[in-house]
Amino acid sequence: MTVLHLRGVSRVHGDGENAVHALVNAELSIESGELVAIMGPSGSGKSTLLNLAGGLDAPTSGEVIVEGTPLSTLSKKKLAALRRRHVGYVFQDYNLVPSLTAAENAALPLELDGMGVGKARKAALAALEEVGLDAQIADRFPDEVSGGQAQRTAIARALIGERRLVLADEPTGALDSTTGEDVLKLLRKRCDQGAAGLLVTHDARHAGWADRVVFLRDGRIVDSSTPLEKPESLLEGAE
Amino acid sequence: MSVKHSLLALLERGPAYGYQLRAAFESATGSTWPLNIGQVYTTLSRLERDEMVEALPENESGQRPYRITEAGKRHLAGWFASPVRAADRPRDELTIKLALAVTTPGVDVADVIQRQRAATLRTLQEYTRLKADDSADLAWKLVLESMIFRAEAEIRWLDHTEAVVARAELPAPSPFGHYEPDPETSAPLEEKR
Repeated sequence: MTVLHLRGVSRVHGDGENAVHALVNAELSIESGELVAIMGPSGSGKSTLLNLAGGLDAPTSGEVIVEGTPLSTLSKKKLAALRRRHVGYVFQDYNLVPSLTAAENAALPLELDGMGVGKARKAALAALEEVGLDAQIADRFPDEVSGGQAQRTAIARALIGERRLVLADEPTGALDSTTGEDVLKLLRKRCDQGAAGLLVTHDARHAGWADRVVFLRDGRIVDSSTPLEKPESLLEGAE
Repeated sequence: MSVKHSLLALLERGPAYGYQLRAAFESATGSTWPLNIGQVYTTLSRLERDEMVEALPENESGQRPYRITEAGKRHLAGWFASPVRAADRPRDELTIKLALAVTTPGVDVADVIQRQRAATLRTLQEYTRLKADDSADLAWKLVLESMIFRAEAEIRWLDHTEAVVARAELPAPSPFGHYEPDPETSAPLEEKR
């Protein structure tokens, strides 16, 4: 099932001679269970694409469709509700609320959506446990946990509830290589369980966890790999 | 490393003699892989047999230049359009391919880089998938890690090369000028002949 569909999406900043074409006629579909990596040099439109996919920005032309709903048909209130319920974000700098504990951060989208505090906390503890954080960490504040634990908290928050689209912008930013890899494994696992993931990264090692890689240059999708099928094929070259 | 493809790429600039080809190859690759002149002439003979180059009439100095044929051009285009497989890389063919791509007329360097990047990334994806298998033993995982790091390094180098090429104003590759033999380097050939 298609979770995210970008249909001929363009984003232009400014107009006339000063127009900047941040994204040009992007076509992209992501199915449930799929992790897609977006690669490209700085300024190629990766973050623009991610912001449009998550409804944080609106396209100049084209349509962004999340779980069958064209975002342009939604009021601001309904768009905010769709983002809360269907879309999770993982940022490079975690974006946790510093005055809330890990569990409160993870529970935030559910509480904003009207769920009771007790029920939301229970769901948050389960989500944190799933990303490898125990109850002891759950009651710590962001500045009391390591970078890896903070990013795990952000992933728990991104995927809590029924959200099946996770958008990650350089999610391993300041983490060391093994901790960063743990974060990628979590994203991979959630996609294997049915979420659709869009991962923006500079790092080829991280793109290696994706099913498909889309290359952007100057706002255009210039290449897109087909999904992997037979992992054994590479062994011919390794022997 | 493919001497055959390297010579075809150099001949795309225009007809040339064996010594000119050797000098141009070493110049294009920073003399990293010295070519034996005998190897150059042997390869040219095979290319002539396969109708990918043709020998032109000797000039007054007794030098016989070679010219790439249409079949040779097609073969060369096919080489540039195909990614190098890791298994086919006893010497670094990719480095040579890119060094020649920036000096060969009509080659879309960005396209050569992107094809390679996509192919290398795909290999990296496959390695990663194998590594994610928790039943793999540690030694195998370490070998996979090594291959992943090599692939990553290659992709980073390709990214860097793409940026450098994009910024550089590529000079038009100059056709070969009049050949002036160097008495020292030409002597062995005379002896061979």
